[in-house]
Amino acid sequence: MMKQPGSEVRLDQIYWVFCSIGAASFGGGITGWIHREIVHKRAWLSDDDMLSGIALSQIVPGANVTNTCVYVGNRLRGLPGAVAALVGLMTVPFWATIVVYSLWDQISSVPLLQAVVDGVAASAVGLNLRLAYVGARRSARRLTSFAIMLATFTAIGLLHWPILPVLFVLAPLSIALAWPRGGVDA
Amino acid sequence: MRENIYLSLALVMAPLSLAAIGGAPSIFAPMQHETVDIYHWLTAREFVEIFAVAKFAPGPGAMVSTLIGYKVAGWLGALVSTLALFLPSSLLCLAVTQAWNRHRGKLWHKAVEDGLGPIAAGLMFAGVLAIFRLAEAGPLSWLVAIVVGVILSLRSKVHPFALLALGAAVFAGVWLSGFQATGF
Repeated sequence: MMKQPGSEVRLDQIYWVFCSIGAASFGGGITGWIHREIVHKRAWLSDDDMLSGIALSQIVPGANVTNTCVYVGNRLRGLPGAVAALVGLMTVPFWATIVVYSLWDQISSVPLLQAVVDGVAASAVGLNLRLAYVGARRSARRLTSFAIMLATFTAIGLLHWPILPVLFVLAPLSIALAWPRGGVDA
Repeated sequence: MRENIYLSLALVMAPLSLAAIGGAPSIFAPMQHETVDIYHWLTAREFVEIFAVAKFAPGPGAMVSTLIGYKVAGWLGALVSTLALFLPSSLLCLAVTQAWNRHRGKLWHKAVEDGLGPIAAGLMFAGVLAIFRLAEAGPLSWLVAIVVGVILSLRSKVHPFALLALGAAVFAGVWLSGFQATGF
């Protein structure tokens, strides 16, 4: 059911998917949406592929969402795919933020509008929750993976430790634990 | 140093691009320092306002850079500032991704992928918490997010736009009925 990455996905398809993601990306819930559109709905990538891409995107500097775009686009169609995804993601927000800025005095005087946007943002976070849940279920396949997930969440989400040192410790540990038993690297 | 405003914008934003470790929130403080205290492109109050605008409009939080560019030097400024903030990190990410993909299929690649999965899941949970904490979200935000997550898990065919509309309707309804419970 998984398509071979890149075999059928056209650049304009990539552009339009990310264009719609960008247009709907309120309040930071974008990664969950990308996962839904790319993995769930279109099966362009697998869950594992996507999750490792998300982790890479957070380790590499830059906005997590644009990095995830680059990862997905590149995975599907190489450099042109990454460009299509990135340009697609930025198209609507670029114009929209400037338009909103120009109209800000009027917008900020209508509290109902603010409530609507807050509601959209809260729903978007729900998309992220769903993705986190998918990741958690996959992690629960192994006790050690589940422990690593909890440790990551506790260190960064609850204790607010800086992300890089935490990942420098936990990522190698997690990879070592995931190493196939008795396997010799090729 | 300030003759060319576009160059100055690029020189401020490009290093921040590579400094955004763990995502855009980590560079808002230095960005404010550079643009407000050093270059005096905008006042502290204007920076906060731009931050609110970027949160209100769709797009990554780092769109703050677009607005700073727009305020300082119009449309071209917006474009230069956006590219300067997003290009360097994207190129780095591209290089990392391509190196990563070249080794696909090898045993260690699978181990790294399996190892990064739980990390990503933990980061996603932490991210949800961080977004809500930054936005000082009220119980209603939590409720809507959890309900949306559950709906998606049960009925995966629901279009996300319908869920976003649901959240908007709930918040608007609560606001109209006079509760001050929102405060996302």
